[in-house]
Formats: sequence, structure tokens, C-alpha cells
Amino acid sequence: MTETASRLPASRLGNPEVRALSKADIGLRRRYAAERRFRAYGLAAVTIAICFLLVLFGSIVSKGYTAFLQTRITMMVDFDPAIVAPDGDRSAAAVMSGNAFRFDDLIAASLQKTLEIDPNDEDGLYDALDLLSKGSAPMLRSMIANDPSLIGTKRTVDFYATGDVDAFIKGTIRADVPESQRLIKDKHIVLIDKLKQEGSLHLAFNTGLFTNGASTRPEMAGVGVALVGSLYMMLVVLVLSLPLGVAGSIYLEEFAPKNRWTDLIEVNINNLAAVPSIVYGLLGLAVFINFAHLPRSASLVGGLVLTLTTLPTIIITTRAALKAVPPSIREAGLGIGASKMQTVFHHVLPLAMPGVLTGTIIGLAHALGETAPLLMIGMKAFIVEYPATPFDPATALPTQIYMWATEPERAFTERTSAAIIILLVFLLAMNSIAIILRRAFERRW
Amino acid sequence: MSAVQSVTPFETVRTPDPASRPTKIHTANVKVTYGQKQALHGVSIDIAEKAVTAFIGPSGCGKSTFLRCINRMNDSIAGARVEGTIKLDDQNIYDPDLDVVELRARVGMVFQKPNPFPKSIFDNVAYGPRIHGLARSKADLEEIVVTSLQKASLFNEVKDRLAEPGTGLSGGQQQRLCIARAIAVSPEVILMDEPCSALDPIATAKVEELIDELRANFTIVIVTHSMQQAARVSQRTAFFHLGHLIEEGPTDHVFTNPLEQRTQDYITGRFG
Repeated sequence: MTETASRLPASRLGNPEVRALSKADIGLRRRYAAERRFRAYGLAAVTIAICFLLVLFGSIVSKGYTAFLQTRITMMVDFDPAIVAPDGDRSAAAVMSGNAFRFDDLIAASLQKTLEIDPNDEDGLYDALDLLSKGSAPMLRSMIANDPSLIGTKRTVDFYATGDVDAFIKGTIRADVPESQRLIKDKHIVLIDKLKQEGSLHLAFNTGLFTNGASTRPEMAGVGVALVGSLYMMLVVLVLSLPLGVAGSIYLEEFAPKNRWTDLIEVNINNLAAVPSIVYGLLGLAVFINFAHLPRSASLVGGLVLTLTTLPTIIITTRAALKAVPPSIREAGLGIGASKMQTVFHHVLPLAMPGVLTGTIIGLAHALGETAPLLMIGMKAFIVEYPATPFDPATALPTQIYMWATEPERAFTERTSAAIIILLVFLLAMNSIAIILRRAFERRW
Repeated sequence: MSAVQSVTPFETVRTPDPASRPTKIHTANVKVTYGQKQALHGVSIDIAEKAVTAFIGPSGCGKSTFLRCINRMNDSIAGARVEGTIKLDDQNIYDPDLDVVELRARVGMVFQKPNPFPKSIFDNVAYGPRIHGLARSKADLEEIVVTSLQKASLFNEVKDRLAEPGTGLSGGQQQRLCIARAIAVSPEVILMDEPCSALDPIATAKVEELIDELRANFTIVIVTHSMQQAARVSQRTAFFHLGHLIEEGPTDHVFTNPLEQRTQDYITGRFG
């Protein structure tokens, strides 16, 4: 009926002339109306879905895009040897030891010069220091430690502004709010305007968002550690779940006898796919951490838990892909004298490969966004240092989002959305890879 | 098939060959059950060497089941059980010591629907020799492929595109490619399960011609629904009905002078 309807021009649907072909009423008008209704439902459903998607992406992007830019304050710093290396030792170890406040003195001197603050005006200096991130002195210190030849020179240095100044520049903290309810006071605004006039204050691409680890100061916080942690976890998941899942599915689909036991296994795999992921987190906590004594918060444990959540998905999609291979291919292989295993690996698996890869990547994408089980195994720690191996403590992208979402500062709010954007970009990239691989491996038969 | 039909005892009507040929496959009292359902009720037949034997009969009569017993393709069907004796050159093929892979290299099969592998034409034919290690060198393999394609009278049509996928050929060419693939491992017997049912008349004629040529070197067993095809290509015909072998004999004899009423009814189109 559908074919007939689509071949007729729409204007002729239900036209009396068409119906006159057969005298008897065979309900054509009713049938076409039913089809039009069904199409309308479908269109409505798709439209609603697209609207929600647009709203979702719109709100995340509009909240998060500002985080990719960051306010910097550029100042000339005089790396005075008398302050940096008071005892004359310019080695990195000497820079990293000793009185930490001497680097604040460097910054204070720069600020006094840049903003022309009277050296005796202590309040004015502290107001100006409020504008700079509290991480500035440690940043300067490690900068000198990395390159001791800076000592004795004058260089311009890009300092991070505090999260509040950043929010003020981006307009999320507004000047028209009464001063008592504002984090940026009038005296700060005067200084900011002065910096702007001198061209010292500018917006730059926020590389720290991608490279920094956790920080209580939002302007210094980034998803670097979370990215590395997620990457390690994905590697663990891929290395474990792809071979295990594919081998398991091939065995179940092609070799296992069909009896009550394999039925039971099949039912249970389908059930496992529906188990809430936090339950896997509890299992991981009990087995991998409490029983096997693997390190807490480590990407290895996260990867192991995510492998458990991903395996059922991979097994189900792989079995579906194997089932979709026409039996005639198996007969052809067996009929020519190939062993069962040769038939499966030479003919069936290559044909099922697009499905297997798609299933695996979709499973990985799920695992990448999984949060609850990671919270259970402690992957929501405050971690500043990059994990060198999967055994080191790390966080993951979704848990980083979770942690930032609980912070009150404006700058953390926009970073939350920015981290969501980064996560979504990764998911989109993975799904695109799945589509590309599917196209590349697809063969007609 | 209903249980009512499993009447016993049953005697197959046999007409011996005037020109007696040596027996290639000897079967005695072959019974096949799929789970609870009995598909074959004790079939005994001797299949002559280097001749074409046609199995005819209505759908569901067990002829394909019987054919698939000869190279143990029924092994892969869950719940299928085969009883009785099937001997290939006096060797019981259901002997637990016999390797099914070796058996299938000796007894090739061509299926109802052309099923080339989604690989190149060359690789389709070369696959069997490769896995069985029949070629010592690349040149050897190429020779096997070319001769197999020639024997399947496909070579002239595909010689310029051996690297193209076998699935890109027409239906008739695909079926001849499958025959070439079966020939490439030098089997002794080729089983054909309705090889022309998916082909048009011209492609059918070509395949039939090919079967006639192949009979010089191979023992061929063909299942067909087309009475004309059986009459054209086979030397001996066996008529199956409801899991029984009703009648077997020289093809011209079975078609012109059937001894059984049911054979007569079937070949004249009164049922089936």
C-alpha cells in the first residue's frame, strides 16, 4: 500500500476520480489518512528530539564557550638576582627552596611599576595583588627553576587574572550591581580600567584548561589530569573488552552448543547490560580495591570497572553482527573443506567486522561518559600531578565535571560547561570514527 | 511431514543400469532426524562413479537432507542425527576417525543460491587450494585457479578481471564461480543442491552444459526440482517422496517407464 501511495501524486490521494476505478469502497481514503497520520507522528517525534538536542547543545555551548578564553595580565618582571637568588646560588634546587615570599616581592615590584603605585601605599598594592591569581608566585618560581638564565634579566610575563576578574571581564560579574553584593569592588575596577588602558590586560586562549590538573583556584584548574586518566581508562577498556568480548561472542555464536546452559548465559549477558553502572562500581570497589588491593583512584581500576560495564554491550552487538552474516557464507566455507575456525576467521568475522567495530566504539563512548562507578572507586580525588602510569591516581572527564559542578565560583561554572563540551567533542569524534570504520570495512555480498 | 506417512515396511523399486558403472558412494538404510521430526526413513542407494545422479521429488521429501549427509553438512545443524551407513570408496564417512575436513575436500558442494565469498574472483577459487595446501608455489596456485575456471567454462568471461570481487558477477557466472571453487580442490564427488533454481534459462543452460562436461572427471549428485533438467543432465534418477526413496534407475527408464505409480504421478505433474 505504501508503494502505491508514494507513486500517486499527493494531490490525487483520496481524489474521487481515483476511487471511481473500483466501484466498491475498499477504504482507500481511510488507509491513506492512517498513513498520513503515522507520518505526522514520526515527523513530530523527530522535530521534538531535534529541538531538545538544540536546546541542550545551545545551553552548554553558550555557558561554556567563554572558558576557552582567559584573562591574562601582562607585566614586565625584573628577575632581580638579589631577590631570586639572595645567596648567589642560581640552581633550580636553590630557586625551589628558601623563602617562598620572595617571588611575591617580584610580582609586587612589577605591579607597582606597571600601575604606578606609590611604594609606600600598602593598601593600593594589596588591591592590585587581588587581581592576580594566587598561583602567580608558584608559577613564577617554577618558571625560573626551569630556566635559571632568566635571573638578572627583564622579561614580560603573562599572569593569570583571578577567576573573579576573569568573570568581570567576560561580563558575568556586572558592574551595575551594588558594590556590597559584588566580588569585584570599585577600587578593583579602577585598577582593571588602568590595566586595560595600558594594554596589559587581554583575553588569550586558555591552554591551561587542557593542560592543568586540579586546583582550588578556578583560573589555574584544567582537565589535563582528567584527560590523561580517561585516556588510560579507554586503553584498558579497549585492550581488555575488545578481545574478551569478541572472543566470547564468537564462541557463543559459532561454537557453543545450543542448550539450556548457553541460553542461561545469553539471558544473563542481556541482563548484565541493563545493570545500573553504579552496581559495577560497588563490585569494583569490593573486588579490585578491597580484595585485590589495587590502588585506589587509579585509572587501571577505573578501566577494569568500565570493562565490566562495556563487555555486555560489546558481546551483544558482536553477536548481532555475527548473526547478520548470511549462513550461505558459512556453508560455502565449510563446503569447501575449511574447518569451523577457518570459516569463522576467514569469512564470517571479516563480514561482521563493521558491526563489531561500531559496537566496540559505541561501548567505549559509553564508558568514556560513565560517572557513577568511578565515584565508587574514588576517582574523584583532588589530583594536581599528571598520572605517569595507569597505576597512579587520576580523575576522569565525567568525574571532573561532577567535581566542578559542585563548586560555587563563576569561573568553575563556565569550566563545568567547557569540560562537558570537551567530553562531547570526544564522544562525537569516537562516533564519527565508528561511522568511518563501518564505511571502510563494509563489503557487499 | 506427518507421522501418518511413515508406513513400514518399505521397498524401493530399483532398476539396474544396463551399462554397469562402478559404485562410488554406497549408502544403506540412512535415517535422519531433526529433533523429533524424522526426515529420512532408511534410504539405500548406490551412486555410480563418473555419472550424474539426479534426486527428484516434491519439496520436503528429504532429497536435500540426503545430499547433505554425503559430505556431512548436516553436522552443523543443531539437533540433526544421522543413522545408517554411507561409504565413500568403502570408507565409512561417519567413522569417528574420519576427518570431516578431509571428507569435504573429497566431496565438494555447490549450493542452491550462488554464494561466492565477498573476495576477488581469484581468491574465491584459490581459497580451497590455499587452506588445503595444494599449491607449492604462486605459479602453481595460479595454474590451479586458471584450470578450475576453464573447467567451469568461466575463464574466458572473467580472465581480465580476476581481481574484481566475485559478488560483482551475474547470477549464472557466480554459480559457475562456485563450481570452479569446488573443482579447485580436486574433489572426487560434487554435490549440487538445486544449482540452477536461482538462475535464468540461459545461465541454466550453461550450467547444465558444464555439468555434462564435468561428468567425465567427477561423480556428480544433483538435486533438482526441474524434471526436464534431471532428464537432460543425469544418467540415473532417484525419486524421493516423504522421506522414502521410492524409485531409482536409469534416467530414461524412470522418465519413460516408471514402475511406481507415485513416480508416474510426480513426473507427469499430478502432484508435487
